Order: sequence, then C-alpha cells, then structure tokens
Amino acid sequence: MFEAGPEVRRKLGHERIAHLVLAAVTMCIVLPLFAILAYLVVKGWPSLSLAFLLEPPREMQTQGGIWPALIGTVYLVGVSLAVAAPVGVLAAVYLNEYARDTWFTRLIHVAVINLAGVPSIVHALFGLGAFVLAAGLGQSILAASLTLAVMTLPVIIASTREALAAVPRSFREACWNVGATRWQTIRVVVLPNAISGILTGVILQVSRTAGETAPILFTGAVMYKAVDRGDVFPYRLTESAMALATHLYNLATQINGAPDSLQFATATVLVGAVLLINSTAVVVRAVLRSRRKW
Amino acid sequence: MNAPLPRPIVFRRPWYSVALERAIEALIMVCGISAVILVGGIFFFVFREAFPILASPNFGLGEFLFSIEWYPTSVRDVRYGVLAMIVGTLAVTTLAMAIAVPFGIGGAIYLSEFCTPKLRETLKVVIELLAAIPSVVWGFIGLTVVNDLLITLFDAAVGLNVLNAALLLALMSLPIIVSIGEDALKAVPDSYREAGVALGATRWQMVYRVLLPAARNGLLAAVLLGVGRAVGETMAVLMATGHAVQIPTGLLEPVRTLTANIASEMGEVSQGSEHYRVLFTIGVLLFGITFLVNLAADLAVRGRRR
Amino acid sequence: MRALLSHRRLAVGALAVSVLGLAACGEGGPAPRAVLLNRGSDTMINVAQAWAEAYATVAPGVSVEVAGGGSGVGIAALIDGTVQIANSSRPVKAAEREAARASQGADLVEHVTGYDALVVYVHASNPVRSMTLAQLRDVFAEGGRLTRWSDLGVQHGTCPRDTIIRISRQSSSGTYDYFREVALDTRDFKLGTLELNGSKEVVELIAHTPCAIGYSGMGYATDGVKMLPLSNGDGPPVAPTAQATLDGSYPIARPLYMYTVGQPAGETKHYLDWIHSPPGQRLVAAVGYVPLPVPAPGPSGAPAPEAHP
Repeated sequence: MFEAGPEVRRKLGHERIAHLVLAAVTMCIVLPLFAILAYLVVKGWPSLSLAFLLEPPREMQTQGGIWPALIGTVYLVGVSLAVAAPVGVLAAVYLNEYARDTWFTRLIHVAVINLAGVPSIVHALFGLGAFVLAAGLGQSILAASLTLAVMTLPVIIASTREALAAVPRSFREACWNVGATRWQTIRVVVLPNAISGILTGVILQVSRTAGETAPILFTGAVMYKAVDRGDVFPYRLTESAMALATHLYNLATQINGAPDSLQFATATVLVGAVLLINSTAVVVRAVLRSRRKW
Repeated sequence: MNAPLPRPIVFRRPWYSVALERAIEALIMVCGISAVILVGGIFFFVFREAFPILASPNFGLGEFLFSIEWYPTSVRDVRYGVLAMIVGTLAVTTLAMAIAVPFGIGGAIYLSEFCTPKLRETLKVVIELLAAIPSVVWGFIGLTVVNDLLITLFDAAVGLNVLNAALLLALMSLPIIVSIGEDALKAVPDSYREAGVALGATRWQMVYRVLLPAARNGLLAAVLLGVGRAVGETMAVLMATGHAVQIPTGLLEPVRTLTANIASEMGEVSQGSEHYRVLFTIGVLLFGITFLVNLAADLAVRGRRR
Repeated sequence: MRALLSHRRLAVGALAVSVLGLAACGEGGPAPRAVLLNRGSDTMINVAQAWAEAYATVAPGVSVEVAGGGSGVGIAALIDGTVQIANSSRPVKAAEREAARASQGADLVEHVTGYDALVVYVHASNPVRSMTLAQLRDVFAEGGRLTRWSDLGVQHGTCPRDTIIRISRQSSSGTYDYFREVALDTRDFKLGTLELNGSKEVVELIAHTPCAIGYSGMGYATDGVKMLPLSNGDGPPVAPTAQATLDGSYPIARPLYMYTVGQPAGETKHYLDWIHSPPGQRLVAAVGYVPLPVPAPGPSGAPAPEAHP
C-alpha cells in the first residue's frame, strides 16, 4: 500500500490549512453584506411600511415617508438611462463592429478606461461647470441626470462591448455572405444575440445611478420639495428634485429630531432598491443565457 | 433553345434605405467617439473653472501643494494648502489596500481554484451585490456603526478617523479586487495547472508557485483598480474620516481627503470666487491622479494579455 | 431565432415606454401655482422648511421652494434675481447691498424672523460645568494652548486619552463664520478640527464621542449632550436659554434674517407676514430657535439693528 510519507503529509496539511484560510477570508468578504442588511432592516423596522414609501415627509421631515425622494430618484435614473443607454450601446457597436485597430481606436479605449476611473466628485464638478453653468440648465433634474449619464456611460460601453464580442464571428460572416450590409447584420444578427449581456449592463447601470450621491449634490438635488402622496408626475425636468441618496445624507447630517429608525428605514429602502435591481440583472442574465443555443 | 435569357433580377435598395443606413452609421460613429469627447470635456470644463486662479499672481502652486494650512475662508489670512489632504487621501487609501489586498487576492484564489463551481456562482453574485451598496450607505454605516465600534474597542478619542474610512474603503474595493483578480487567475492557461499537478504539487503549491507568478500583471491591475476606486471615493470618506485637516500621526486620527473636501465645501461657496476656483483646482489634481492610476492598471492588463 | 427577436422587441418597447413616459413628465407637470423661491443659510433650513410645509396648508395656491447652500449663496441668488427671498444668518455686507442696487435697482430689505443661539456642547458624561469665551478661544483657535481636558482642570473619566476633540462646521458655512467671528475673535480654527457638514451631525457626533466639544444651534440639543453655560469676561456664566438670548446676556446669539429686494409685495409679503404671525413664530420655537418677543415688530420691512443682540 502507499503510505503517505512525512513530506507528503506536511504538504497535505498545508493544503488543508490554505483551503481553510482562503475559505475564511472569502467569508469575511461576503459576511459584511448580510450583517449590514440585517442591521439596517432591524434598526429601520419601526418605520418601514408601504405608507413610508408612498407618503411625503412631514413635520420638517422628521416623520412621514420618502415619496418625493423615491420618485425623484426614479426621474434621475430614467432620464440618465434614456441618454446613456442608447449612446453607450451605439458606442460599443462602433468599437466592436466598425473600428479597426488604429491609434484612434486605442485612444477611444484609453478614454473609456479613464472615464470609468474619474472620481464621482470630479464628475460633479464637470456637471456643475458644463451642464449647470455653461449649458445654462441650472440645478435641475436634467443637469443632474446628464452628469449621471456621463458617469455611467463607460460602464454601459464596457458591458455592451463584452456582450457583442461574445457573439461568434461566424454568425456575422453567415449574414454578410448572403449579401447583408454591416448595419443590417448588426441589427438582425448581432444585437439580438447580444441582448442579454446588453440588458444586464444597462440594469446594472440603473442600480449604480440610483445610489450615487456626490454627482447630484450640486447639480440638481435639493433638501425638500413638497410632493403629494403617491404623485407620479411631481417634477418638471427643468427643476430640481429630492433623491433617495441625498435624502439619506441629509437625514444623517442635517435633519433634526427625526427618530433613528427613519434614517435606517431610508437606508434600507435605498439598499433594498439597489439590490433588487441588481438581482433582476442576475436573473435576466441567467434566464437569457440558459436560452442561448450556441 | 435559343430563348433569351431571363433578365437577372437586381434587388436595388431604395435610396432612403441606404441614406438611413448611412445616417445610423454616422450616429454610431459619433457615439463611438463620445468617450473621447467626454474625457476631453471633463478636463476642459473642470480646468476652465480652475484656470483663472492658476494664472493669478496671488496663487502659488508650491504653497498649494506643499502647505498643510487650509483656511479658505479665513478673515485674517486666507491660505490654500492641500498637502494634508493629499497625505490624508494617501493614508486612507494605503491602509484600505493593506486590508483589502490580502483579503481580495485570497478571495480570488479561493473562488478560482478551491471552491466548487456552484458555490463559486453564489459567491460571485453576493460579491456583485456587495459592490452595489451605494457609497452614501457605507458612509452612513461608518457614522453610525463603525464610529461607536472604534471608540468601544480601541478607546479611540474619536471614531471618525483613518481606520474607520479605510475599513469602509476596503469593503468597497474588495469586490473589484476579487472579480478582476479572479479573471486574472482564470486567464492562466490550464496547461500550467496540469503541469504543476503532474509534478505532484498540491493545489496550494501550484497556486503559489505557478499561478500567482503567472497572473502577476492581472493581479496588479486588480489592485490598481481598487486603488483608483479608493482614491476617488467621496461620500463614504466624507462621512467617516472626521474631515479634519491635519497630517495623521496614528490610525485613530481624523483626516481629510481631497474628494471629501470638494464635496463638503463646493455647496456653499459663491461661484467665481477664489475658493471656488481652488476647489476646481483640486478637481484637476484628482483627475490627474486617477488618470495615472487607471492608465497604469490598463497597461498592467495589457501586459497580461500579451 | 424567433425567441431572440421577441426579446429585442421587448427591449425596444421598454425603452420607448420609458422615453414616452419621460416626455409626458416633461409636459404634464403640476398645475400652475405661484412659486416662491427661498434660498440661503443652512442654519435656517429647518425652520424655512417648516414654514414652507405649513404654509402649503395655509395657502394651497402657493408653493414655497426651499434650498440651502449658505447665507452668501442665498443673498447672491437674490441679487441675481433667481430667488424672491434669501435666508441669511448674518447681516448683508455693504458690497452685497451695492451689488443689489446695481443689478436690481432696489435696496435689500431686512426682516428679522427669529433668533439663533449657538450653543457649546460637550458629551453628557463630561464633568466640565462652564467655560469662558477666553477658554473657548484657547481650545478652538490657532495658537490656543488648551489641548487636553486636564488643561481645563477637568478630570474626564470617560475620555481616557484626555485629548480634546474639537468639532466644528465646514469652513464655508454661516455657522462657522459666526462662531469664528464672535467666539474666536475672527482667529482661525486650529488645524485638526473636525469639520462636519450639518448642525445635526455635530451634535450627534458629540453625543457619541466622550472627548468631544463642539458648537451648534440651540435647537439641536439631544439627550446625549450637555449645553455649556458661557461667560464673557468677568461676568457669571450664562446658560443658553431663550430668555438669555433675547435679553442679550448670552454671548453667542444672532438674529435669523430673511432678505427681499425692495419692500415685499404680493405673495412674498403675505408669506413674510404669516411668518411673523403667531403660527409662524410657533414653528420657530418648535424647531428650537428663539421666537421674536411677543409684540412682534412690524410685519415686514422693519429696519433691524445692525449689531447683534
């Protein structure tokens, strides 16, 4: 029989220790998510209810709900999505389907990488300088959304590019061979086959946009707006709005006399919304991927 | 027999269809270069607001970069020195990376080499969700939870300090380090692994003798992207560092970062004033720093692919 | 392939719906109402918001929109004509008056709407009883010598490191400006002072930090903190109370101003009149500031004294 010698046993011992340590390390990364979620929900529980979502704040925002902030965030996300999604997808189409490997394409590539790395507060400065002041939009939903759109553009470009690149080249060639033009091929073959990746990227952009605070601080978020309960069209695009993320910041730093549970409930709703959107992306990806035939 | 050949059928697309296609392709081209325009635009607009102060004789670049005294609204002697904030940013980022890198690389190794495929998928989803938590929520956690924790555990004089912010930043940059790090490990050809195993190496020996050296560049890129995220983070550090201008002498001292300083002061400053322009100058500085970090990360990734 | 195509249609449809929805939002806004824009001091933002909220029930046809940004920002917006009312926790400067005359052709008119007393807060467990303004300067101002609680003659048991943690507002806020002017004699704060972004955050952090000392509005007091009586010069320490604020014996208190361009008229006048009326003044007290003395001065436009009370 083979008997493990001392050298081998030591080796296997190391292996076991390494496995345990790495598993523990991974748990340390994963556990905070659950700890944070649990803590937020428990502390926010007394204030959480459907009415909390649908009602406007009352008594100097120390009571009532978060409706104006919730709907404001929907506006900001919606407008920025309407700008960033088409531009981002088309940009990715250009990079993946049209651009040849030239110095200019490499320049675009470097630009996308760096756009993704620009700190959110620098985006805020850009939004202030370009949209609020130079374009004369003032502090408004439009200015804030455009700032957010610029910020999330590289994310959409990157994820869409990845999705497009995953479509096999043979698909395109088959289409070209029957005489289709480049654009026809893209429209009929490439985009439909890449839709799952594109959608996932766009949904992830939504979740990122919903949680951003710094870029909207001086481009369109305000502390308080009177909005009726459940009113779906309270804002014009040219006026400023409340947003969930800035509302949480204000509750934590400025709004006086609110019970603690109100802050935690707001944080819970913000995190919950973001995680819900993210999970949707995960599900969409899984479902569409399982239908993929190649 | 000699019947005339049928005339070949030629499908001619109507002119408007061709024109439409041309238009769409032009649009695609414009969108494609939008990233370049935007990066240029960001630099232009931020620099444009900063420029008048840079050109003004009252402003000394040396004092700006090498003085720790930040008194932008002083009645007696206005001073714009950002050295303490540069040091603060460095301190918080370095400590965050010291915490996040071992955990991040360890997590990446575990995901890529040790765990079952099913567990890996689950863990990846959870880590993706961790990455989605907004920075203002992290800041809120720092303010409400970590603050008390540090006072109780370490008798810290104040719970908003370097350690508090670094813990949050570590958690925030971990998902990036883990996922990019895992990609880097996955990119190492399986033949390397097989060769290692064939020589009788255990998985751990294989990881640390073969995989880590082979994936060096990719792992470096993962860490650099984590650094980029940490340097650029705003809301969490604004709420968790304590926002005090000083060179820290310990981990439990409050500091201020460049990003947080802009977020804190821009809201109330009057447009076009010196203070306003100096804040934009800090923006230019930050833009430059993160540009370099990201460029380095990109070069590291390309090095891996080569 | 068919399945994939239908997905595409779905995506395009979703996008179209979202764009249409947005277009609808753009046009079908709320019914036209009179809008009063009100901007300025963050110190006043709580009370300004309380007024705006309550006024919506008093005069449903008028929507008051409140924004912060600081006194200077509010006055600048008033001079630019982008708001009708500026909130300020300091009197306007001569240069601002001139700028208003130049751009709007009218004088800025001052309306005192209540008083704010800045209170020095310490942790509830801190044994310190009172401080003098000179001690406050030595704690907070550049060059001051007091850095430990024992330097103040206090044995602070719950602060084992004995360090005084100084907590302030951010340098661009009106509160910071006012504290520096009155309590620090315009000297700068020491480096290493924590500068927080909200009055509430200051008090909240002090309540969680045994070693801390800081200042904030009177209305922000909570159970976790202690208000310190202050003495100016040789006088006895005066506790921060509404009475002491009004009679001027408390050393760091100031009026809360609203400014208009020229004498207010129309909706602006109605709003300011309502703020000076008993329901408006009750809200001042509710937010934690000090309301005007009972026979309120003229409803609006009464020239207020230049000096602080």
